[in-house]
Amino acid sequence: MKIIKDKKIIEDNWSHITDDDAISLGNITISLSRWNDEKSSLGSHAGKIGIRLAPSDIIEDISDDLNKIHLIGLEFPAFTDGRLFSHARLLRSRYDFKDEIRAMGNFMPDQVFYLSRVGVNAFQLNNSDELEAALSTMNDFTVQYQTSTS
Amino acid sequence: MYQYTETDQTLIDERVNQYKKQTERYLQGKIGEDEFRALRLMNGLYIQTHAPMLRVAGPYGLISSKQLRMLAHISRKYDKCYAHITTRQNIQFNWPELENVPDILADLASVQMHAIQTSGNCLRNTTTDPLAGVCTDEIEDPRPYCEIIRQWTILHPEFAYLPRKFKIAVSGSEQDRAATQLHDIGLYLVKNEMGETGFKILVGGGLGRTPIIGKVIRPFLEKQHLLSYLEAILRVYNLKGRRDNKYKSRIKILVRESGIEQMSKWVETEWLQIKDGMEVSEDRISNMQAEFKPPWYETLAKQDASFESSKIENSAFNTWINLNTVAHKISAYRAVYVSLKAPNSPPGDITDKQLDAVAELADQYSFGEIRTTHRQNLVLADVKQAELFALWQKLDKLSLATPNIGTATDMICCPGLDFCTLANAGSIGIAKEINEALDDIDYLHDIGELKINMSGCMNGCAHQSVGHIGILGVDKKGVEWYQVTLGGSSENDAALGKRLGPAVAKNKITQTIETILDVYIKQRQDNEIFLDTVNRIGVSPFKEAVY
Repeated sequence: MKIIKDKKIIEDNWSHITDDDAISLGNITISLSRWNDEKSSLGSHAGKIGIRLAPSDIIEDISDDLNKIHLIGLEFPAFTDGRLFSHARLLRSRYDFKDEIRAMGNFMPDQVFYLSRVGVNAFQLNNSDELEAALSTMNDFTVQYQTSTS
Repeated sequence: MYQYTETDQTLIDERVNQYKKQTERYLQGKIGEDEFRALRLMNGLYIQTHAPMLRVAGPYGLISSKQLRMLAHISRKYDKCYAHITTRQNIQFNWPELENVPDILADLASVQMHAIQTSGNCLRNTTTDPLAGVCTDEIEDPRPYCEIIRQWTILHPEFAYLPRKFKIAVSGSEQDRAATQLHDIGLYLVKNEMGETGFKILVGGGLGRTPIIGKVIRPFLEKQHLLSYLEAILRVYNLKGRRDNKYKSRIKILVRESGIEQMSKWVETEWLQIKDGMEVSEDRISNMQAEFKPPWYETLAKQDASFESSKIENSAFNTWINLNTVAHKISAYRAVYVSLKAPNSPPGDITDKQLDAVAELADQYSFGEIRTTHRQNLVLADVKQAELFALWQKLDKLSLATPNIGTATDMICCPGLDFCTLANAGSIGIAKEINEALDDIDYLHDIGELKINMSGCMNGCAHQSVGHIGILGVDKKGVEWYQVTLGGSSENDAALGKRLGPAVAKNKITQTIETILDVYIKQRQDNEIFLDTVNRIGVSPFKEAVY
């Protein structure tokens, strides 16, 4: 599957493991609850680990674990849920998270610009036909009133 | 008034292009209905009963004559030759075609206007006192801060998908003319013991289905922290506001459910972490103040003798002066209300010809600026006393001098069942009926100051719950009924009206208002206005007379 990362369309090299799936080799993302349950055994995982967050998760709760995590997935249940925008901003500006922050789930290409401004640098669209359109929206504006987070 | 910089202009031009592309993709079927709905709302476009409705931002109610002429042009080219002024100082067009909206936005951008964030669950247009900068009771001109806030809100990437809409008002005077306590955030410019100006901040006010008066979250905030404090409130709201039920999603519900103490703790904690990085510099404030510096008043102009003699010779002019004009901080000037409440016109509506004519009058008499008001009228804020008589004659010919500002026929009224998909009952027709019933100008003036607000449904767009008399249209088994409240206020003494009793039938509502006014006339003491009489004697005497 293709995604946008750092303004380029690339092949996704992560496996997104549901709570019922077995942990596979390589780079994986899991839910926050699974991370909380299994983090001690995941210490020896061969590959990078990412966590998928829901809007109701609280960033502060994972702040101590961020040095073990290489990807934060922001999973949109609906495009209207703006909490994930604040999550991204807090991860970058308050917790200094430097690795990938990826928008996933039910968001729309037309949100990519705002998401990129709050620190999201990767976008996994439900419909990969829209990747080019989504990428182009990042050039919609050359000026802005507020500081962006990167 | 504020003039766009190159950055401001580039931003709204780019926004027009963005929306043009989005509209094209929608029309090609590449954006779904729900998704496009969110995008068009954030560009001011609703879909109403008959046609889309486009809401254009009137930033804190300030419009230039050039902009007013463009609004006239748009109403002719894309609409039915009229526009409507809203309670949030915006301008609405009721009949544009969806396909034409990108072109309308381009026309607006050519005169430094836009429709960004005039609807949708985002930061809306900031409103203020229509007499800002000219009134006699001002602590400080709120408009520079309104513009600073406007820029902070426009395309704010973090707060575009809030739980619900979010409205900010700023008041800079002793008398609150901006319904500040009934906003998600209300800001009062105040002085502390040291004599420094800062902000008293209220949070969690609002009207709609659950009207609530805002609570003080910070009695004094230094100016430089304005944006960080707003950002802290918004981040707390964005993260903690309810999203499970749209009727419980406004910040007022979060404040009510968590309590103002808890809310304050959350906000202060957040604010302490961001305040140092977001200061508004003194330079920025003084540069912005320079954008709103007063025009060249003729301060040496002596009191014009013709003004006093015209008042004596012409009682109609005298009445208009008393009701439709107010004192100005420069004594040789007055601020003039242009009444959009003529008996035969829907409240707040203005035709293309009137728009053009008011633009002309603004150029001739008031430094080319016009303000829109919360009560859906216009203001020419800087008119020389010596020129008031000529201005009055011209406004009168245009049906814009109905001497009724602040009286019973200066009603706030929503579009109602005739235009709005949400409405349960008509409101424009009832307004007309009440207007006709109170046609006798002496009677109207005898009643004096009275704010009647009427909404066609419980969403309360016309702020009926804070009307001295509030009228709310309800639907009972397909029939239009009207609920009446008494004693509401949106000013310093903000209060929610109390129910008079059961809803009254459509053919009884005007008579009910007349009965209420009869009780007032019988019961009032000295110069007591209607609201004070209600507060003194309570609702019961009115109830007994009506039912």
